[in-house]
Amino acid sequence: MRRWIWPAIALALVIAYPLVFTTPFQQRLGALILLYAIAASAWNIVGGYAGQVSVGHVVFFGCGAYAAMAAYAHFGLVPLVGIPVGAAVAVLIAAVIGVPTLRLSGHYFSMATIAVAELVRLVVTNTDYLGAAVGLSGPTVPRTVFDLSFTSALPYYYVFLTVLVITLLITWWMANSRMGFYLRAIKDSERAARSLGAPASRTKLYAFMLSAGLTSVAGALYAMMFGFVDPESGLGILISVKMLIMAALGGAGLLFGPLVGAAILVPLEEVSNNLLGGKGAGLTFVVYGAIIVLIARFQPGGILTLIKRLWAKRQGAPAGAAKEAAHAP
Amino acid sequence: MSPILVQVIVGGLLLGAVYALFSSGLTLIWGMMNIVNFAHGDFVMLGMYVAFMVWTLLGAGPLLGAPAAALVLATLGIIVYFGLIRSVMKGPMLAQILGTFGLALLLRYSAFGFFGANFLTLPENIVGGTFDMFGIRIQASRLLAGVVALLVTLGLHLLLTRTSLGSKMLAVAEDSTAAQLMGIRPDSMQAIAWAIAAGATGIAGALIATFFYIAPTVGETLGIVAFVTVSLGGFGSVPGALVAGLLIGVIESVSAYWIGAIYKDIVVYSLFLCFLWFRPQGLMGKT
Repeated sequence: MRRWIWPAIALALVIAYPLVFTTPFQQRLGALILLYAIAASAWNIVGGYAGQVSVGHVVFFGCGAYAAMAAYAHFGLVPLVGIPVGAAVAVLIAAVIGVPTLRLSGHYFSMATIAVAELVRLVVTNTDYLGAAVGLSGPTVPRTVFDLSFTSALPYYYVFLTVLVITLLITWWMANSRMGFYLRAIKDSERAARSLGAPASRTKLYAFMLSAGLTSVAGALYAMMFGFVDPESGLGILISVKMLIMAALGGAGLLFGPLVGAAILVPLEEVSNNLLGGKGAGLTFVVYGAIIVLIARFQPGGILTLIKRLWAKRQGAPAGAAKEAAHAP
Repeated sequence: MSPILVQVIVGGLLLGAVYALFSSGLTLIWGMMNIVNFAHGDFVMLGMYVAFMVWTLLGAGPLLGAPAAALVLATLGIIVYFGLIRSVMKGPMLAQILGTFGLALLLRYSAFGFFGANFLTLPENIVGGTFDMFGIRIQASRLLAGVVALLVTLGLHLLLTRTSLGSKMLAVAEDSTAAQLMGIRPDSMQAIAWAIAAGATGIAGALIATFFYIAPTVGETLGIVAFVTVSLGGFGSVPGALVAGLLIGVIESVSAYWIGAIYKDIVVYSLFLCFLWFRPQGLMGKT
């Protein structure tokens, strides 16, 4: 049970956060951190655990966001309906991209995801049914509580927290299941894993589809909170960038990596936007680019890996012993 | 065939030659060290801005702009190789993709901060006039760009296949340890490959800038064009990139003419997906 103590304390702190920090800015910030943590954790399943770097994950985000808004705009339904519909579409698109590319070298997968993201953005921008360049709006006045349209960020905070906990539990369960072991073997050496009978392409495809479905849930929640979606906010490549950099900064392939990344980068972006206004957006992405390059160059494992290494060094234990200790229950 | 269609196809071929030129840089790097440069389109974007700077500061056209862009980008290529690529090459694939992808963002948004988001253009008369040949009209700027790009691409192919430098680079691509035993430095050869690949994007950028809009985000579109070209032509093959580049130029122009300019990218990206499904090794690639 000991390994659950720290996550339990962290969860208690996260639950208490909006009750201590009560200004609208602080609560909104907290909700946004949780939302991006959901998206980055979903990306982490395929990008971190399976080691397949998707740079087009915004497509799945957009599936959820557009499904939620279309459910209201075209059918007058609650945007929540968009969650299952969006997830179904996202999983389908993941299969279309994944089946041919996951058999090939990982670079093909990255290129295909970026091309599909652009393709979908262009198609949606030219589709009147999906609002073309203007986008779709959600309910301005909530009809019932199930419209999930609140003026305060507080309800969103707890909704997002619930979804994040579910996402992390699914990830944890996956990582400790047969699939997780397959993925680790494939990531270490795909050829060796295949020769021992691990179904590499299929396992990677399942991870991709799971990741796509969860990402679409994040997209649907995003659209509900902001009340609208357009090609820029729902399908822009920069949203993919945020998922990728948050997971990589915190630690790709680690359960809490994306959460750490989101907790660092979301406040950074919000503060720089507040201080610098519209100009800040460009600068933020210069900084993002620099951070990504530096992670790749010096610490591909992310901050959590670095902390673990420093911790092991401080304990004075040989690296092997520290590794043993980390794995002990 | 109607003269207009012929004109459209010729225009596509000329644009396609420029696509072929910058894509052959991408294919060279992939062939030699198994790395996809996600910042490739943004290298082309920088080449365009160098040509723009040369015109604003010195009032000179592509005659000076292209060599200047080649020089600037080749230098950048060497810096990128020694500063980033050499260390991520041995790392996990996540590091490789993150590295060049982060570089793309860094270049794109630095250009955004430096030049602003506005679309810039070079004056139309920088390469003036149009030609009338056999009843079709071609802008001189496009003709110049296409012909020069074709010649440079062919030159690049000859450099790789007919010179001792090319053989050395091929040897490193084949087996870098064995090449080292033969007295070839893999490090220098790979740095040269980056210089050549980036230099090619510089020339392509300076050429295309004479008739194309210049904006920080143009690299994203051109980068995907390069991916499509390279996967169509087969990774690592310069002749493949040439054929694929010309083909994509024609497909883009014809689809813009037949179904509308906004759909040309949709057609090309869809084609890319079809290829991934049905012929992932490309038109001329090996399995």
